[in-house]
Amino acid sequence: MADNGVNKGRRRFLVGATSVVGAVGAVGVAVPFVASWQPSARAVAAGAPVRADFSKLEPGQRMTVEWRGRPVWIINRTPEMNERTENLDPGRLSDPDSNEQQQPSYITGPLRSIRPEIGVMIGICTHLGCSPLYRPEPEAAVTDNWPGGFFCPCHGSYFDLAGRVFRNVPAPTNLEVPPYRFEEDDIIVGEDEEAV
Amino acid sequence: MANPNKAKAESGIMRWVDDRFPATQMIQDHLTKYYAPKNFNFFYIFGVLALLMLVNQILTGVWLTMSYNPSAEGAFASVEYIMRDVEWGWLIRYMHSTGASAFFVVIYLHMFRALLYGSYKAPRELVWIFGMAIYLLLMAEAFMGYLLPWGQMSYWGAQVIISLFATIPGIGPDLAQWIRGDFLISGITLNRFFALHVVALPIVILALVVLHIIALHEVGSNNPDGIDIKEKKDESGKPLDGIPFHPYYTVKDLVGIAVFLFVFAVVIFYFPEGGGYFLERPNFEPANPMVTPDHIAPVWYFTPFYAILRAITFDFLGLRAEFLGVLAMGGAIAILFVLPWLDRSPVKSMRYKGWLSRIALLLFAVSFVVLGVLGAIPATPIRTLVAQICTVIYFAFFLLMPLYTSMEKTKPVPERVTG
Repeated sequence: MADNGVNKGRRRFLVGATSVVGAVGAVGVAVPFVASWQPSARAVAAGAPVRADFSKLEPGQRMTVEWRGRPVWIINRTPEMNERTENLDPGRLSDPDSNEQQQPSYITGPLRSIRPEIGVMIGICTHLGCSPLYRPEPEAAVTDNWPGGFFCPCHGSYFDLAGRVFRNVPAPTNLEVPPYRFEEDDIIVGEDEEAV
Repeated sequence: MANPNKAKAESGIMRWVDDRFPATQMIQDHLTKYYAPKNFNFFYIFGVLALLMLVNQILTGVWLTMSYNPSAEGAFASVEYIMRDVEWGWLIRYMHSTGASAFFVVIYLHMFRALLYGSYKAPRELVWIFGMAIYLLLMAEAFMGYLLPWGQMSYWGAQVIISLFATIPGIGPDLAQWIRGDFLISGITLNRFFALHVVALPIVILALVVLHIIALHEVGSNNPDGIDIKEKKDESGKPLDGIPFHPYYTVKDLVGIAVFLFVFAVVIFYFPEGGGYFLERPNFEPANPMVTPDHIAPVWYFTPFYAILRAITFDFLGLRAEFLGVLAMGGAIAILFVLPWLDRSPVKSMRYKGWLSRIALLLFAVSFVVLGVLGAIPATPIRTLVAQICTVIYFAFFLLMPLYTSMEKTKPVPERVTG
């Protein structure tokens, strides 16, 4: 068939160029729709990091702040408490090295904290979501040779002072550690260290 | 340009319509002159039943939307309101919630039929792929619908599934947050799932169903013998082994529909919760982000894939077990899409395939059911081992298919369909 005066090269170029511009436009239009699924300003405000002043927290004491609807414990651990926690027989714990993803990546070691003396964890039992009780003293004798920790009254799970769960209790995993960082005498719960 | 050879009514109102819209032509193409093989058996009812369940879900869904409140504060109470106060609300709600399970029963049997008689093989690859896309979207539709009652299992089931996305290395946590639209599953998540469940996914599913049927009617239905009936035609060009879909199969299917509706009605009236498998017991408590249920299990139609997810308990190639589990689960569904190219057998139907194919299909079906059972109950070391074995069988069925379908000896296929 004759070309009937059609410049095929130019037609192909125009079709191609129009398609590319159209595709760019389609991607541009998709941006607000995709971005609309991000947490809204209200959700971000409701889930904003919480600042807690722990300077008045005496050694051995615990304070509770609320973050994203959940209680976050901040405990000021004494060297004796930390010694008992670190010397705990790992065989008694179900995840002594925190292999389960229950903490940010910078939370390592047996004490599961950034500073050894300050423990931060979400005070919700990983079994059925009750809030465990604070039993820091060995005299509480939650179990034989009690190193101090947390005892959940609902179904009898217990955790050490670093929030690590013992073996043979209903709770499957260690207590969750939220992202947090220090700022002078304050703890910012909900912000990673590297985020700032 | 309109085709001048289109079938048209002689006169009257139909002629007026036909001059403007190909009504008579469409009726002939899809019903009165659509020739289906005359040897369809029991397994060929499930396509029609799936269509029936689709209509059921849309109709009851629209009615439920009239009384449902898609907010974290009001959702659970509005479902109770539908169940207790809305006239016939309990029936419409059970038709929808139990209908979802019935839909999947029908779909699974429909898919098994395809495996049995090679309905996915050339030239029906696109029929199969459209069908698999429908299946995938139906799972998404069912998952999002399950969040809407805002019960405990709604909440925690969604929590488990959305956390699957969080296991993807790198982008995972941000992706999960993007899906939730919040830092935890909240009313925001509920609202968007409602929009997707009620508007977006049904539109796409309906479109895919149309494509599925158009593709089927283009190539014609397969049959239990796996023979192409178009190869033997009479003088007027009608397949010798074909009969018009209407009235023959419409009437036959109506009998099947009646039997199915009888069973469906018995379940709705007497076992609407399916013993805790259609509607799980924790879902009769409102969602509570503070309290995790004792045992989180998905609804039964997801359990085979959930069992595959949990069967991966080891890290491999530097990837964490959780992510590998997600990959295995995704792979278990993705591999279905390439099935038409895995089957190298010269014959379609299991009637003429060799014993290797038969054993493979049997093992596959058994392992799928076992996985389904394991996915519904808590994991123990023994059960995990069984799930791992079944997962291997599941994948071996597909991955070894090019081998066993090409090496086995097949039986001769008859010229014409049998009984």
